[in-house]
Amino acid sequence: MEIAISVITGFMIIGALYAIHARDLLSAVIACGIVGYSLVICFLLLKAPDLAIVQIVIETITLIIMVAVVLDSTREEKYQKFDRQGYFTAILSILIIVVLFYFMMNSVSSLDPFGEGKLRMAQSYVEGATEKTGSANLVTGVVFDFRGYDTLGEATVLVTAVLGVLTIMRIKGKK
Amino acid sequence: MIVYWLCFILFLVGLYGVITRRNLIKIAISLSIMEFSTFLFFALVGYFEGGVAPIVDPADPVKLYVDPLPQALVLTAIVIGLATTALLMAVIIRIYRKYGSLDIREIKNLRG
Repeated sequence: MEIAISVITGFMIIGALYAIHARDLLSAVIACGIVGYSLVICFLLLKAPDLAIVQIVIETITLIIMVAVVLDSTREEKYQKFDRQGYFTAILSILIIVVLFYFMMNSVSSLDPFGEGKLRMAQSYVEGATEKTGSANLVTGVVFDFRGYDTLGEATVLVTAVLGVLTIMRIKGKK
Repeated sequence: MIVYWLCFILFLVGLYGVITRRNLIKIAISLSIMEFSTFLFFALVGYFEGGVAPIVDPADPVKLYVDPLPQALVLTAIVIGLATTALLMAVIIRIYRKYGSLDIREIKNLRG
């Protein structure tokens, strides 16, 4: 199982690198789709069918939005001259990556080995969840019952984002 | 253990894209790649070898389920990711209509 997920994650890394370096913006968007749909397969292998269903719908909608934006603006990316500012951002990114690598090295030892963890606080969610929530799906039980306020907050964020999109698309820009 | 490292490298690829790219759509793509790696990490932490998907079958009770809590958290995060991406894309299309370019260095009016 670990090998299969490693291979798919490797494909995701290749797709991500291509998406970042492609000259054509439309192919960059499609390469971003590679990463998203590989994530769906990873979710299925990791026994998370709810996440797979949601991710496949959301990824499709995201791709449609991105393709619409690319077709409405420009497909060509301007050629990036490698000047002083380019060197500065490259050095900055390497610096940040080294720092994050150091912290990951420290923290990866405190993680459980892959596939050998144990239920911590979800133990009380799993025990007798069907009687408590009336839902056979434990994820639904957690989202809508044990953590209902989280879901309320999520709905608030969604409404705010939709209002933001409506406002931004409607106003006329100043000349 | 190597899966965690690959997942982390995917996050770093997204971070590299956000810092070094100049095209706004590339930056949005890099942000969503970082999002994907975080989702994958949560799903990896919640997986147990030999566990089954967290759906209870009353006729056939199973001992070990996969952890439902990270899955519930990721379910929330995926939907919010769509909302933020849509907002970002709306801002990008407005910027293109005003300045005629997606390159962040050519958007001169934003300079202080």
